[in-house]
Amino acid sequence: MAPPISGAAEPAGRRELLSAGDVARTIARMAHQVIERTSLDAQDTPSVVLLGIPTRGAPLATRLATRIADFSGQTVATGVLDVTLYRDDLRRKPTRPLGATALPPGGIDDRLVILVDDVLFSGRTIRAALDALRDAGRPRAVQLAVLVDRGHRELPIRADYVGKNVPTSRSEEVHVLLTETDDRDAVVLDRSGGGA
Amino acid sequence: MKHLLATEGMTAATATAVLDTAAGLKQTLLGREVKKLPTLRGRTVITMFYEASTRTRVSFEIAGKWMSADVVNVSASGSSVGKGESLRDTAQTLAAAGADCVIIRHPASGAAQRLAEWLTEAGTSVVNAGDGMHEHPTQALLDAATLRERLGELTGRRIAIVGDVLHSRVARSNVHLLTTLGAEVVLVAPPTLLPAGVERWPVTVSHTLDAELPSLDAVMMLRVQAERMHGGFFPSAREYSIAYGLSEKRMSLLPEHAVVLHPGPMLRGMEIAAAVADSPRAAITQQVSNGVHVRMAVLYHLLAHEEEVA
Amino acid sequence: MSELASEPSTSSALLLKGVRPYGEDPVDLAIQDGIIVESVGDDAEVIDAAGLVALPGFVDLHTHLREPGREDTETVATGSAAAALGGYTAVFAMANTDPVADNAVVVEHVWRRGREVGLVDVHPVGAVTVGLNGEKLAELGTMAASAAQVRVFSDDGLCVADPLLMRRALEYSTALDVVIAQHAEEPRLTVGAQAHEGAQAARLGLAGWPAAAEEAIIARDCLLAKQTGARLHVCHVSTAGAAELLRWAKAQGVRVSAEVTPHHLLLDDERLATYDPVNKVNPPLRTSADAKVLRAALADGVLDCVATDHAPHAPQDKDCEWSAARPGMLGLQTALSVVVATMVEPGLLDWRGVARVMSERPAEIAGLPDHGRPLEVGEPANLTLVDPAATWTVRGAELASIAANTPYEGMELPGRVVMTMLRGRVTAHNGKVLP
Repeated sequence: MAPPISGAAEPAGRRELLSAGDVARTIARMAHQVIERTSLDAQDTPSVVLLGIPTRGAPLATRLATRIADFSGQTVATGVLDVTLYRDDLRRKPTRPLGATALPPGGIDDRLVILVDDVLFSGRTIRAALDALRDAGRPRAVQLAVLVDRGHRELPIRADYVGKNVPTSRSEEVHVLLTETDDRDAVVLDRSGGGA
Repeated sequence: MKHLLATEGMTAATATAVLDTAAGLKQTLLGREVKKLPTLRGRTVITMFYEASTRTRVSFEIAGKWMSADVVNVSASGSSVGKGESLRDTAQTLAAAGADCVIIRHPASGAAQRLAEWLTEAGTSVVNAGDGMHEHPTQALLDAATLRERLGELTGRRIAIVGDVLHSRVARSNVHLLTTLGAEVVLVAPPTLLPAGVERWPVTVSHTLDAELPSLDAVMMLRVQAERMHGGFFPSAREYSIAYGLSEKRMSLLPEHAVVLHPGPMLRGMEIAAAVADSPRAAITQQVSNGVHVRMAVLYHLLAHEEEVA
Repeated sequence: MSELASEPSTSSALLLKGVRPYGEDPVDLAIQDGIIVESVGDDAEVIDAAGLVALPGFVDLHTHLREPGREDTETVATGSAAAALGGYTAVFAMANTDPVADNAVVVEHVWRRGREVGLVDVHPVGAVTVGLNGEKLAELGTMAASAAQVRVFSDDGLCVADPLLMRRALEYSTALDVVIAQHAEEPRLTVGAQAHEGAQAARLGLAGWPAAAEEAIIARDCLLAKQTGARLHVCHVSTAGAAELLRWAKAQGVRVSAEVTPHHLLLDDERLATYDPVNKVNPPLRTSADAKVLRAALADGVLDCVATDHAPHAPQDKDCEWSAARPGMLGLQTALSVVVATMVEPGLLDWRGVARVMSERPAEIAGLPDHGRPLEVGEPANLTLVDPAATWTVRGAELASIAANTPYEGMELPGRVVMTMLRGRVTAHNGKVLP
């Protein structure tokens, strides 16, 4: 569980990339993209599931589902998929606590699963999520929606729906703040160095 | 966490972290067809059971396998141990063969601690699956997990442990863990089955089960071992059962929400009536299933991390 | 200071300059042909002993030399070396060897080996019962009359539990003027026992060895000794209750004496927390409250003497889990230092008191005419020189015993034995044995 980030006064080296308003508009745009590409509004019973990856992917998935319902009138199933147990870097760090996993009723078999995460970086988290999905069932297809793609992929993974592309250097950090976990909505860029 | 040897000295934070992980693992595997997580792939876990036990050994084996570890079972008979090889030599042989973790059950109190010392150089983690009369930490953890599920928070809960406390590692581990988690513990037993110095334990002691029942949130029945019946600890199985057995009548004296636990194996009709064991109040099968998740969580906390350098 | 000026030879005339008998005023002690004399000639070996305390050579009423049978852990030779280095001039070797010392042949073997090695007077203890089986009296008379001249009998390791047999042994002993030394442990109360029955054992899950198991036998045997008029000696007293019983018995005129081990003076069952079997011993380490009472009882004479119960064990018998380990600790080389730490430094005993508990009383109890004698002209030169100001760090591997099971491993202890002399011949000097 990532600790909430307080942004009362922007510390030196921190720059706001998206404001609260920008975040809302971005999510709305992504919702339209999902509706269009999955032909959601043309289906009687949508077979699309949004699975948020904790920590911040989970509230993002919920918000996305809400916007999709607003625009299409269709209720999309949501769930949470914790990938801690599938990470490839567990042995490098102190013990990681597990996050929640909650699949929607009806599971994920034969459905289109859209993984939702806040930042796409090396791609290893998504790789772990694909492994976790594999043990959870057999989706018809898997897509990826991220609020921010900051480049520097280490695996051949790409997002289907991207809120914003943010070119970064490796030493920078991108943080998504959401009111569900932090004190406001924003996307900030940290030049303070250090890894993910 | 490098080893799990005892609940004595375990902080509430550590215990809660392990219990939360167990709950998370249970959640993750719920409804899954493929009960397999890749987390401990490539790790080798060896169970060394110097005392016959099917349920605990199988529980650990399943726990390791569901986490994708390679689990090997060594039992005392039919091995070099039967030929007189010392515990120390056996352990060091297994560590040299590549074990990341040794799970040991042994009749000598303190055996797990000694093993951890001997394996310090090899860096192997040790899990105590029961050492003599001393501790059985994973049992206490799964009991706490079960109680948490049924009762919610354990702070302020009143829990009785009934039976042969003197010889019971389950009792000792539970006393330490439950008091650490903020529960109030009552030990109920005849004077012959209570350890010397129990007055100084952070518990209440009672010889009368009926007096305690109405105020309990949970009652944990300990097995009465056959050997005790011949050691003069109480006159007869009948008298023991009359005074300390959890009969149907006694069950009706418990509050509605109270939970009945038993570490198993049960002696139906002795310390617990058959009807009680089968009633919905009894969480015994839950204990067993939680045992697997708790043991998975223990292995996760021991093996799936980089040890902090102190 | 602690270094003697020259390497003492085996010359028959020695002068210890500036030595302090019983820690009192410095004198020059002259020794000739094994006796303390008024003066010696100018050709005598002169040894600078300034600052050193002279005491009568120590007598250990309770030692296990493991020969015959367990020579992998100790022999008469190595045990004698440890004894000499520890300041001992006489030791009593317990009978629980293999074969058991319950007949003249075994005791004479041990006695003869002791004389051959010649570092300390080895007095074999004879078993009270055949094979230590507690059923049939051993040939006490034959052993007493043998070359070994056995004066102390004990089944130590085991208790003479049958009250009738103990009564017979005590009665029979009165005709021989020997003493029966009891290992007080009611076996029915200590079945499977691993540690002192108390809070610590309860916490650690170790089966308890109740104080009452020791005290019940002591009470019984004192009453039997009273009735028979026999002499009784109680081995390794370990509980406060036992000390109280002995106080009562002595006040009643019972001819009972008692010993306490150095480890029961210093250590207690808090040490068991690591489950290291180096702390496993029989009777077990008791509580710190018991140790405190034992120290006071030794100071006021209710406990007559210190006896080491030196018990060597092989590594495989100690480097294992607790319940598989054998009980027993080394003690010969560390005894004096532990007595200094527990009794002299806190002011419970002065050096005269040390002489009493380590030499005079044990010699008296065992009826040894030449040991525990005053440091005066005309007396046999069996003495020990101690540096009271020195300290040393105990390392099991460096001790003379073959085994290394000392509970004091790594501890810094006060007081050092600098020289031991047996009938005028130096047997140990500055940590080296002189064969």
